[in-house]
Amino acid sequence: MQLIRRIALLFLLPLTALAGVLPDDRADLMYHSYDGGGVTIDGPSLLVRKKFAEKYAVSASYYVDMVSSASIDVITTASPYDEERTQYGAGFEYLRGKVTYAATFSNSSENDYNADTASVSISQDMFGDLTTVALYFTRGWDDVTRRGDATFADTVDRRLYGVTVSQVATKNLILGLSFETITEEGFLNNPYRQVRFVDPDAALGYAYEAERYPRTRTGNALALRARWYLPYRAALQADYRFYSDTWDINASTAEVAYTHPLDDEWTFDVHYRFYTQNTAEFYSDLFPREDFQNFLARDKELAAMQSHSLGFGVAYEFKPARFEFLGKAAINLKYDRIRFEYDDFRDLRTAGVAPGTEPLYQFDADVIRLLFSGWF
Amino acid sequence: MSPLRLLGVALVLLAASGCSRLEPWVKPYERENIADPIMAWDGNPIASSYMQHMYESREGARGASGASGGGCGCN
Repeated sequence: MQLIRRIALLFLLPLTALAGVLPDDRADLMYHSYDGGGVTIDGPSLLVRKKFAEKYAVSASYYVDMVSSASIDVITTASPYDEERTQYGAGFEYLRGKVTYAATFSNSSENDYNADTASVSISQDMFGDLTTVALYFTRGWDDVTRRGDATFADTVDRRLYGVTVSQVATKNLILGLSFETITEEGFLNNPYRQVRFVDPDAALGYAYEAERYPRTRTGNALALRARWYLPYRAALQADYRFYSDTWDINASTAEVAYTHPLDDEWTFDVHYRFYTQNTAEFYSDLFPREDFQNFLARDKELAAMQSHSLGFGVAYEFKPARFEFLGKAAINLKYDRIRFEYDDFRDLRTAGVAPGTEPLYQFDADVIRLLFSGWF
Repeated sequence: MSPLRLLGVALVLLAASGCSRLEPWVKPYERENIADPIMAWDGNPIASSYMQHMYESREGARGASGASGGGCGCN
């Protein structure tokens, strides 16, 4: 259930990738896998796009998450579970002169959550095609339910406003600027998650109650990025993003990436990403007593935390002899190792210590993407 | 000159500049490197969308992660 949060944009943004020219006809089939913190998620994903008369393009996407969860939240307050999430998406683009109009729709569903998302965007090349400006708006309608509780049903209304600018600065340098405002209203917490509070009468010294979040949240994100073409045909990219929201979360993300082609067939990538955030206003690992305040959270996503990611990728491009309708094809393998470290979220699997003195939680995750891409 | 008047003059100059054609300082024939596929912001949208989804499920921040709007100026 918590995995579905904010995934609404999946596959939507790529439709605004280029103004002035529609992307090539292309099909991608991907297997994805995440394994970390007692959670394994894997499944297939498919994205197909086709243009007509160089003016129109359509796209369709399919995505599946098969989840098997024994996360630290689950094993300390609930029972391990398996579930599946499926997402379908469709998009349409129209290119007129140097302006591209796009509209997309997607539906995501699992047994206790349903999300419909619609997005429109407009992008334009200007200033001698050195500048591309894109504006987009996304609206999401989510329905939240709770397994085993037929009386519970709630909704979430999401709105996202965004602008991106891409600027060719020199013949070897591209700059990018993105700004997004996201507002959400409705049931924003997880209906299963609980917070803990000090309870001297309990055997562990603490007890649990349901978490309670505010029903509104607005966040702003500003990102700057630059990509350089190096003298020996390689590319170096640097990204920085600052995020701030009305729950008092401030976060920074920094990333560097290096791309190195070898001959015409092979491309190698390596990247490092660092992320840090502070604690949400109403988060606590251990509240002093029951009903300590109006809003209560113990979601580690809202704790002060850092993550470090180191990733590698290799791609091989070839002309498939057996499939003549494909102009070219590529196989991509990408792997990331991520460490999540929490500053105020404790590992409750450690027993026999005073509440609030358990070791801080951390875990590593392995993320794999294996793609087959065909251009036709 | 008061700051308000200075701002007004700046706006007039900015508006007047819109009447003149802005010359691209990177000529079309100089865009070979920029147009190279290794310079794409996002060469594999399906994979980068997945990573964005993966991070947003586990971190508090979201948004502005997409590589959209990336024009290469090469058409």
